[in-house]
Amino acid sequence: MNEIRLNKIYGGKSRYHQFSCRIFSAGLAVLLFLFWLAPLQAKEVDYINISNPFLNKIPIAITQFKTFNGHAAEVNHGKNAEQILKDALNFTGYLKVLNSEAFLSNPSQTGIQLGQINFRDWTGIGADLLITGGIEERENQVTLKLRLFDAFNSKLLVGKVYTGASSQIRRMVHLFCSEVSHKLTGNWGVFNSKISFVSTVKGHKEIFVCEFDGHNPKQITHHKSISLSPNWSFDGRWLAYVSYAKGKPDIYIKNLKENRGAIVNHKGSNISPDWMPGQLNIAAALSFSGNQEIYLLTKKGEVTKRITKSWGVNVSPTFSPDGKKIAFTSNRGGTPQIYIKDLDGGDVKRVTFKGRYNTSPAWSPDGKKIAYVGIEKNKIDIFVINLTSASGMPVQLTMNQQDNEDPSWSPDGSLIAFTSNREGGVSRIFVMTSAGTDQRRLLTLTGKQSQPGWSKSTSFEN
Amino acid sequence: MNRKLWINLMVAMLVAGLFMTVSCAKKTIVTDGTTIEDQAKVEAAAAAEAEAKALAEQKRIKSQELQDQMAKEQALKEAKILAARNRFGNQNIHFDFDSAQLSSMAKLLIKEKAEWLGINSGVAAVVEGHCDERGTTDYNIALGERRAIAVKNYLVNLGISGSRLTTVSFGEEKPLDSDANEAAYRKNRRAQFVIK
Repeated sequence: MNEIRLNKIYGGKSRYHQFSCRIFSAGLAVLLFLFWLAPLQAKEVDYINISNPFLNKIPIAITQFKTFNGHAAEVNHGKNAEQILKDALNFTGYLKVLNSEAFLSNPSQTGIQLGQINFRDWTGIGADLLITGGIEERENQVTLKLRLFDAFNSKLLVGKVYTGASSQIRRMVHLFCSEVSHKLTGNWGVFNSKISFVSTVKGHKEIFVCEFDGHNPKQITHHKSISLSPNWSFDGRWLAYVSYAKGKPDIYIKNLKENRGAIVNHKGSNISPDWMPGQLNIAAALSFSGNQEIYLLTKKGEVTKRITKSWGVNVSPTFSPDGKKIAFTSNRGGTPQIYIKDLDGGDVKRVTFKGRYNTSPAWSPDGKKIAYVGIEKNKIDIFVINLTSASGMPVQLTMNQQDNEDPSWSPDGSLIAFTSNREGGVSRIFVMTSAGTDQRRLLTLTGKQSQPGWSKSTSFEN
Repeated sequence: MNRKLWINLMVAMLVAGLFMTVSCAKKTIVTDGTTIEDQAKVEAAAAAEAEAKALAEQKRIKSQELQDQMAKEQALKEAKILAARNRFGNQNIHFDFDSAQLSSMAKLLIKEKAEWLGINSGVAAVVEGHCDERGTTDYNIALGERRAIAVKNYLVNLGISGSRLTTVSFGEEKPLDSDANEAAYRKNRRAQFVIK
């Protein structure tokens, strides 16, 4: 891999602290909402609260890239970088990239630095934020100069220079997007994450992996069987999944880079693996005892602890972000519902009460919510329930769009990937914001796709 | 005297002629008689042969008929066995949505399976548990497993050795009918027997 050099143009704090009521019109609403929620909270305030379901999208202008040499290759790479940048920021669901036809000035000609920009040209067209880009190409080495400005305050928020091979442009732009995300939300975002999923290949279900935005899908397994339920380790180096390669459901633990791993093939079914946050351990449902129970396993597949002890189905464990609790599906009460249990023992707490079928829990990265699948009146949809609020009323995220299943949170908690058959009854992977807005298809691939599993943000490269 | 001689001569010639005529006729008849005798012999032989042939044919037909009958009976028997075997494999045990409970119909069918397994004591079988497409992948694998185990347990209670029965769940992965309607769902919620 080519090395990417990272230089900060400007120093400064990693988070942008100052704000005033002038910042953004939309930002004001966000802040008011925040104060209303937590009037005594003295903590620094982010530009954007990504977990706010009432969020308006922040308008952002992205300029054409300034070319320093002006030759054809440089111009083309510049256009490419500009498009990657726009796509990535649009993908977030909280930024709205403005149409460049409305622009009043062209910094690629007049200058992309702080003193060279007339911010009234940008606030005048409704841009709260501005990104300028510059590109220099020499012998296939590309230097990108990228700056994020607060147009209202005429301030530089982030400035970065990246140098690498032209094949690394996508990666470099996404590194800058992570910086933008961190400045605006306090979180590094999704740009460095991957999504595993199931896709059919000639009638067989195989495990695939793609980048956060559906780019570059790669087939990982070739079992020519039924392979299911892929799940990432916290460091992005391991996948655990289920396969019928030996005739029954077993768990395969696989290191993606090194050719090693383990198979959990106890008598009965071995299903629904979930990696522990920060540790290479797995929770999974095994039925060797004659009953489906949840166990803790090492990455070598050794059972170290039994978590549940209840007649009936106990499946689909999902760790809390601190790794101390597990949410899971159980039908101990007669119908499948979601429960929470401390790993250190203690009582089991029931989470869902509404409806007769609630399964597939996914714990949000901030630990406050659980997304899950509910069936109501024969319709399968994704819901989210707040664990901190007393009411415990679920919020329905998908509606009237056929069947929607398998929710998986993005590492920053801003997005949820899921499976839907809304397009012609064929199962595909979709993405929406955690508030249920901006529902769109993630990728185009032959066959049927399902069971997305979003990785943590990681610097790991496959 | 001359006249008398002529008359005598003529009489003599007449007699001679008559004699010759008679003699000639007799000769022809004799010849014919011989031919008829030969013909009869040949015909009799042919008739005998034909009769023997007919008899043999009759015998052959009879034996063929017997063989056919036996083969038919054998085929019928085999078809019956095959039908029973197919029924064992094709007659699925059905379940309600999100349920692994055995209905009275399910129990009746399992008793029939037990009878078949009793007759075919050398056979080992896999009980596969399946679900309809509704609900989630993991939960359906668990539910399918409970269905398969429920059927196996019932068979064991009916006296079939548990060592002849294994269970596996395919959840919602192998629907019989991929339509998205209640009729298809009903078909897909099943325990299915596969002879090892």
